[in-house]
Amino acid sequence: MNMTFKAELNGAAPDTDTPALKVENLRTQFFTDDGIVTAVDGVSFTVAQGEALGIVGESGSGKSVTALSLMRLLDEPARITAGEVHFQGKDVLAMNPEELRAVRGDRMAMVFQDPMTSLNPVLKIAKQLVETMVVHGRFTPEQAGKRAVGLLGRMGVTAPERAVESYPHQFSGGMRQRVMLALGMSNEPALLIADEPTTALDVTIQAQILDLIRELNRDFGTSVVLISHDLGVIARVCRRTIVMYGGEVVEEGLTEDLLADPRHPYTWALINAVPRIDEVRPSDRRLTTIEGQPPDPFDLPKGCRFAPRCPFRIEKCDSHPDLAEVAPGRKSRCWVTQAGTPLPKKQRHAKAEAEAKAKTEAKTEAKAATPRVIAGRDEAPLLSLRDVVKHFPLPKTGYFQPRRAVHAVDNVDLDVFRGETVGLVGESGCGKSTLARVVMRIHQPDSGEVVFAGQDIARSSQKQIRPLRRRLQMVFQDPYGSLNPRMTVGDMIAEPLRFHGITKTNAETQERVADLLNTVGLNPRVGRRYSYEFSGGQRQRISIARALAVEPDFIVADEPISALDVNIQAQIINLMLDLQEKYGLTYLFIAHDLAVVRHISDRVVVLYLGKVMEIAPADQLFDRPLHPYTRYLLSAVPIPDAVVERERGYLKLDGEPPSSIEPPSGCRFRTRCPLAKEICASVPPPLVEHAPGHVAACHFAGQLQ
Amino acid sequence: MTRYIVSRLGITIVMAVLATLVIFLIANTVPGDPVLAQLGDVAASNKEFVAEWRAKFGLDLPLWHRYLIFLYGLIHGDLGISIASQRPVLDDIVQFAPATLELATIGFVLALLVGIPLGIVAAVWRDTWVDHIARVVSLIGVSSPTFWLAFIMLAVFYGGLEIAPGPGQLDPIALAPDRVTGLLLIDTVIAGDWGTFRDAAAHLVLPSIVLAAATLGLITRTTRASMLESIQQDYVRVARAKGLRKSTIILGHVFPNALIPVVTLGGLAYAQLLSGAVMTETIFSWPGLGLYTFRSAAALDFPAIMGITLVVALVYLLINLMIDISYAYLDPRVMR
Amino acid sequence: MSAVTDAPVTQRAVAPVATRAQRWRRRYGLPAMGTLIVLIWIVVAITAPLLSPHDPNMVDVTNRLKPPSGAHWLGTDALGRDVFTRLLFGSRISLTTGFVVVIVGALFGTLLGGIAAFARGKIEEAIMRLTDLVLCFPPIILALAIAAALGIGTTNTIIAMLVVWWPKFARLAHSMVLTQRSQEYVEAAIVAGFGPARILFRHIIPNSVGPLIVLVTLDVGNAIITFAGLSFLGLGVVPPTAEWGSMVAEGRELVAQWWVATFPGFCILTIVLGFNFLGDGVRDWLDPKAMKR
Repeated sequence: MNMTFKAELNGAAPDTDTPALKVENLRTQFFTDDGIVTAVDGVSFTVAQGEALGIVGESGSGKSVTALSLMRLLDEPARITAGEVHFQGKDVLAMNPEELRAVRGDRMAMVFQDPMTSLNPVLKIAKQLVETMVVHGRFTPEQAGKRAVGLLGRMGVTAPERAVESYPHQFSGGMRQRVMLALGMSNEPALLIADEPTTALDVTIQAQILDLIRELNRDFGTSVVLISHDLGVIARVCRRTIVMYGGEVVEEGLTEDLLADPRHPYTWALINAVPRIDEVRPSDRRLTTIEGQPPDPFDLPKGCRFAPRCPFRIEKCDSHPDLAEVAPGRKSRCWVTQAGTPLPKKQRHAKAEAEAKAKTEAKTEAKAATPRVIAGRDEAPLLSLRDVVKHFPLPKTGYFQPRRAVHAVDNVDLDVFRGETVGLVGESGCGKSTLARVVMRIHQPDSGEVVFAGQDIARSSQKQIRPLRRRLQMVFQDPYGSLNPRMTVGDMIAEPLRFHGITKTNAETQERVADLLNTVGLNPRVGRRYSYEFSGGQRQRISIARALAVEPDFIVADEPISALDVNIQAQIINLMLDLQEKYGLTYLFIAHDLAVVRHISDRVVVLYLGKVMEIAPADQLFDRPLHPYTRYLLSAVPIPDAVVERERGYLKLDGEPPSSIEPPSGCRFRTRCPLAKEICASVPPPLVEHAPGHVAACHFAGQLQ
Repeated sequence: MTRYIVSRLGITIVMAVLATLVIFLIANTVPGDPVLAQLGDVAASNKEFVAEWRAKFGLDLPLWHRYLIFLYGLIHGDLGISIASQRPVLDDIVQFAPATLELATIGFVLALLVGIPLGIVAAVWRDTWVDHIARVVSLIGVSSPTFWLAFIMLAVFYGGLEIAPGPGQLDPIALAPDRVTGLLLIDTVIAGDWGTFRDAAAHLVLPSIVLAAATLGLITRTTRASMLESIQQDYVRVARAKGLRKSTIILGHVFPNALIPVVTLGGLAYAQLLSGAVMTETIFSWPGLGLYTFRSAAALDFPAIMGITLVVALVYLLINLMIDISYAYLDPRVMR
Repeated sequence: MSAVTDAPVTQRAVAPVATRAQRWRRRYGLPAMGTLIVLIWIVVAITAPLLSPHDPNMVDVTNRLKPPSGAHWLGTDALGRDVFTRLLFGSRISLTTGFVVVIVGALFGTLLGGIAAFARGKIEEAIMRLTDLVLCFPPIILALAIAAALGIGTTNTIIAMLVVWWPKFARLAHSMVLTQRSQEYVEAAIVAGFGPARILFRHIIPNSVGPLIVLVTLDVGNAIITFAGLSFLGLGVVPPTAEWGSMVAEGRELVAQWWVATFPGFCILTIVLGFNFLGDGVRDWLDPKAMKR
């Protein structure tokens, strides 16, 4: 039965010269009460049969609205007001509801960003898969039921027979995204649209999902439109890429050309704003950033929409450029590159060169003992954790059930020395945020020592810690949740000043608040406004100003940039680097973006399921990782370079992290580790120093090939 | 599953025992003097008589002892003697309960049958005339006092238009069937007395509509709100991207999710229905628990009021238990 | 338009953006009407003696059960008292009891719920179990029992209602404070070194009041209806006090003299509707999701 369907599909397929999808002049507008927002403005592109096209842009660029417009999935007040979307010879925009319904989920399928909310929580997986196959008349319910199991197996869902009988909440995010892919592929569509399919996932899971999409594209010949803000993700999957800005396509070309030699200043800025994991950190760690914010959708610039932020702008940019060919197969919406002016090339060290350079420089660097490198460790650490344990008890499920707990942090040892930046990395659920909150004594550890500036604060009362709060501060992850919505920005910064008696008079306080706002690059006048009036990046600046108010020497930054667009990320990183230089700050920097961590950290700590796996100086960790988990983690990070991505082989880590309620005995990584032997299950590996300052907790450190 | 149900059941039993304690404390420690209330002014002024009376009813014993006696009585079905009827309260309740059960069941079913579809329709066609009508109906339902609505209905359809029968369960001239279940509709069927059946049914129309009104408003509002909430979820967009029919999306995807908050209303609806029953039965002279409550309250018949409160609270606990259990079936996330 | 409706074809026409007036009406229309109704009733309650030439309690048996006329706009009741005047005076009791019950109940409940959520441990357990216990009775029945035990009278009935009223506020405040507690801005306050009282009153409570205000507004109407109901049952006020619920009770068998019971009930309806409109509006303002459309 399956075969006949396949044959039929193949027979029905149009000749390969016609593109799978042809979008012309698409315009989507939001008719809001405050005015009309043109989210997608005259977008045109084609996707060839079997091609994978990437759409890149920051939030508000219109890339997701474009994706939704292709299937007409937008709700009021959004309306598609112009354009054509030709799919298999028919204009989707001219279809009647019945025709549209027949296309959706059948020939054209979509995978969404958030797998946690994309599945219906009260319906079994089986029903959700089967109904898609049955409604389009391709399968009977019995066939569909069997096929659902097969599809889930194909997508790498473990125990698919059991999985179809489960409900979505019983799965992790990665597994749910596999189910979503199975859903998308269930009728073997000609086109799969994936809108940020891996943004909500951890990097090792992201690698698995991207592999899957690549295979679907290759093995089934399914055309793919992949939307992402991450150039690395695009580089791994897509042959061709379009870049969107302010609702327009600003550049188009083969992915490798576009990444290697951007022809639009915005693409140039995107590429240069992100550090690369395969690059040795340059001596000046500041990232290339562009000024300002994305354009206000209610008030788009008249000329080139990127001109107000563009470092290369010329007079002509006051008029609006068209998307024109700048080289064979390359289009750009930029007067500068259309005139043939090249954009400056950033010096990039290829990995081989970099390694050679690192080796030759290693000695001199160590000897030169620049302030960045913490060489001799004779001084006492500013922060020292010993054997820190934090478990969160779960509510009892019944009167006679034993009380269970989430093992968030288990026996963690960690030192942070004055003036250095320690990066703390790990996937979600590894305990990195909990560890930050234990250091800050938002949580009290169950056992262990937390020594800050020579004082053990693990058991101290909040009152006893209060004097230390002036030295120990925190910047939070969520730019929206971390600012009190009912206080003005000024009050928020002034409150700790007054509370700790740092400023005495009102005038003094106001002056200091203005200073602080200036320091973080905000206009002091914003002090009178409330936080909801600011963008994510500005809020993070406010959050930093608040932390700086008490003049701390140690700042814990819990994923301070993960909610921001890349260019804003670069701005915040540069700000933090400036502040470190200016005030001699020490950072404990938590992030899941490994490239950023490599870029700004002196030393890096890798956590897995509440345990430290490896600690090493940054370059050493990234170039010569010893722990198998670190190797997998690093290998999973996509690199924004299509050539590198195409040629490099990378390690594939299968499976998902086990439950932190009942963590594995012995080594916590053993359940996914190819090196695991009996000893790993019985003896928890101790942290052993393998090179100066390089410790790893593995019985077989450095043995993974 | 079993573990969940057993644990809910355990909690319910504990709460039931505590509820009896609350009733007992209200009856025995609230400032109003039960002696005065039960004996009347004249007898209460005679000190000797009062002391004797206290001893007779065990009121001179310590509080905890009296509570144990009270509990012992409860277990044996002793809710005390009603002052007004001079009969055991439990007998009174058993006599009056069926009329209320009949009325409340019909009113509740009516509210569900109208309220849920109305809520769905209002959410799906949001901001259209259907939605506006649903909003007016539900707002008037929740905002109008039941006793007044009952009066208006009676005044218009019985007093004014004369198309509805008057107060009571049956016409004064009709002959009540033999009491088997106490539910008139069923008893008349058993007796094969179709004339009386029609009469009983006709008498049910107005009061059940009145009783349904407030609950209807509550159900419509909640259904609409939770449908709207559910419609905005990502899985609805996914369902559209699958190419499902609109009816499948609404009834197969949105509604099962929207139903969960509606079920939570069960307890609230029961409370509404109860207070509604007191008012409705009073206006319609309906011989049920509501009218009994009204009369007991008016006569300050203390044992009767306490008895009713206790029975009502126990039924309320039972309903909440059933809601908790039905959650387990409606929402797979409850069973972790 | 609903989220699951597919527009028929491309909408090339530019859709009209709502005018200012349309937008205002959509966002503020019903709440404005609610405010107006409530305000009118408050003015009536304050100025009742000035608005009517009659004495609400003046019995005139010769003039009993007169239909509405020029002298008695809304007729007279069984004792010959002017219904219109009694209506005006009745608003005083309804509004007072509504506000007193809800505000005192809300303050008390919020305080207990807030303390429970902030203190955790045994105190939380004790407060929340007490809340559960009261909530395991249908409110009107428990209020009835307590009111009956306390004896007839406005104050006693208010006390009885308060006993059943506070728990829902305690529950809401408890969950609100728990939610806010885990927000990062509260963690930021802990990190700044602030003490628990400052964090509770300066950070958590100001961010928790929104839903509480919504509940308070919606609930005044509820309290008014409940009090009227208890009065209807003969528990609320001592005769001859003019009160809407007891006025309906007095006229409940007078189907032919419909004016006696109809108008007081209608007054209850309007004032409860007013608070419902207002509450819905307040909820929409405070709920960012509802704001978007």
